[in-house]
Amino acid sequence: MRDKIFKKLLVGCCILVLLVCAGMIYSLVSGSLSAFNQYGFFHFIGSSEWDPHPDRETYGALSFIVGTLLTSFLALIFCIPFSLPVALFTGSYFRGKKIATFISSIIDLLAGIPSIVYGLWGFYTFRPIIIDLGLNSQGFGILTSSIILAIMIIPYASSLSGEFISMVPNELKEAAYSLGGTRLDVIRTVTLPNAGSGIFASYILALGRALGETMAVTMLIGNTNNLPRSLVDTGNTMASIIANQFGEADGLKLSSLIAIGLLLFGITAVINLIAKFIMKKFN
Amino acid sequence: MKETPNLFNMRNLFIILLAIAIASCGNSKKGKDEKQSKANIAAAGATFPLPFYNLAFKTYQEKAGTTVTYGGIGSGGGIRSLKDKIVDFGGSDAYLTDQEMQEMPAAVVHIPTCMGAVVIAYNLPDIKDLKLSGEIVADIYLGKITKWNDKAIQELNPGLQLPDQDINPVYRSDGSGTTFVFSDYLTKVSDEWEEKIGAGKSLKWPTGLAAKGNPGVAGTVSQTPGAIGYVGSEYAFALNMPMAQMRNSSGNFIVPTTESISAAASGEIPADTRTMITNPTAADAYPISCFTWIILYKEQAYADRTQAQAKATVDLLKWMISPEAQALTTKVHYSPLPQSAVNNAQALLNSVTFNGQAIN
Repeated sequence: MRDKIFKKLLVGCCILVLLVCAGMIYSLVSGSLSAFNQYGFFHFIGSSEWDPHPDRETYGALSFIVGTLLTSFLALIFCIPFSLPVALFTGSYFRGKKIATFISSIIDLLAGIPSIVYGLWGFYTFRPIIIDLGLNSQGFGILTSSIILAIMIIPYASSLSGEFISMVPNELKEAAYSLGGTRLDVIRTVTLPNAGSGIFASYILALGRALGETMAVTMLIGNTNNLPRSLVDTGNTMASIIANQFGEADGLKLSSLIAIGLLLFGITAVINLIAKFIMKKFN
Repeated sequence: MKETPNLFNMRNLFIILLAIAIASCGNSKKGKDEKQSKANIAAAGATFPLPFYNLAFKTYQEKAGTTVTYGGIGSGGGIRSLKDKIVDFGGSDAYLTDQEMQEMPAAVVHIPTCMGAVVIAYNLPDIKDLKLSGEIVADIYLGKITKWNDKAIQELNPGLQLPDQDINPVYRSDGSGTTFVFSDYLTKVSDEWEEKIGAGKSLKWPTGLAAKGNPGVAGTVSQTPGAIGYVGSEYAFALNMPMAQMRNSSGNFIVPTTESISAAASGEIPADTRTMITNPTAADAYPISCFTWIILYKEQAYADRTQAQAKATVDLLKWMISPEAQALTTKVHYSPLPQSAVNNAQALLNSVTFNGQAIN
């Protein structure tokens, strides 16, 4: 009897979660319809015009899509030189040692810091450095936010890829050592090729995290609704335009913001699916 | 079988919790009934005057016993709530246009409650008493003036040694009444601004960078060398930021103060008070000043409201424009209404009715 109730409870909860997800997609789609109808789907994602003036109201998502992809992929590139060594250190060189546990728990601490704290640190500490370096006169921009994003996603990339690296079978490594390979040889020819797709998947997951990041980016990107012309130029991302503008938005503008939300949802969903697919293949 | 007692415990716990919940519900209801003897006024709207409203409504509660709940949900939300007839009045930084008045279910009146301004804050170490004009500010935000030692700025400030430094204009990234007042002023002083950008709560900016809210703009300006930004006066006064003197339509350079802001409304204003007072004609007026309004229905008998409720609402608003409440404005860095605006507001409040009868 109780078993049945428990089972029904579980099924009910699962259905509830599915319903919430379906409801979200439904409300995003229905909310964005009027923007897509007005401008056409491809014109909406291909236009960088964002003019709220009532006489010439036009909205396009291109600058925000570009801003989001640019900051996220740059962050991914910036985080590789830091997260890969950490993963090798904890997953291969010092696997199971106290020092490895210590370092990986410190890195995991980074994941626990709220993004507003990263934003504040970037605003008050990191931005003056950018100004002093003379990269641009106000310190905001794509580059500044990418570097902060990179620091934020290091723990996501390093801890998961460390797991995959430590899962490489010992027999393979020992075989390589017995053939006279050095540690570097083993990592290059055995560990990395074996854990490769897992490492790739963990970076994709880190990328997904960077795509949706809002607060820290909003504080550092400059929030200008134009296509960034260079890495030190200011820009805007999909998440931060929504956070900034939805409060006083209505009508077509609100619908455009919801449409951007739907696009962001789509992009992150695709990226997570790719990661899942690759991980499944690996297992 | 071990789990059986657990389940019963859970069930008991649940029943106890339910009982407590029901009991506490009963209690709170009772408490509400007792308080009902005094009037409760519900309102919502603009966040700009919130510090003043909080202080004024608290003072009024101690004085008259009327509790006022004001939700700072933004001007748009305040007007929507009034439209849905779920509040006694709404607060708004922008008056309703003729078309918006038509869309309301019944006639409304606008009561100005206090004044504020938009000040031009800047970050230039060692430079004090910077003088600017509306035309120059428009050109800076249009991207036509890019250096602090530009001839146009130097001409207005013959005594200052302006640096050869980039100007970083900062604007609001969120939709805001502050942006509306600022851009409304610029459309009045610059034809190019009017044609290319216009006035609105959010705009298409050709240059500069954006930050969220008054705190965001103020923080960015104070942390970025060479920055210029527009900030709500109540916020800038509280922070004591360096702010520019603005040239008004009489050619005088005016420091934004509570007096010079009040002076902006000292001229002729229309009887229904629906007007923007940017770029006013008064000789000692700060040019980027604004009203904030409370909007209520002219006919107060709606949505099962009682005569007592209507009277409490009108009494509160009459007190808000009285000298006693207006004296509170400067304590929280707003400016009091000039007498002419108070007279208009009084006449408007006297025109409010309940079932066609005057309320007094």
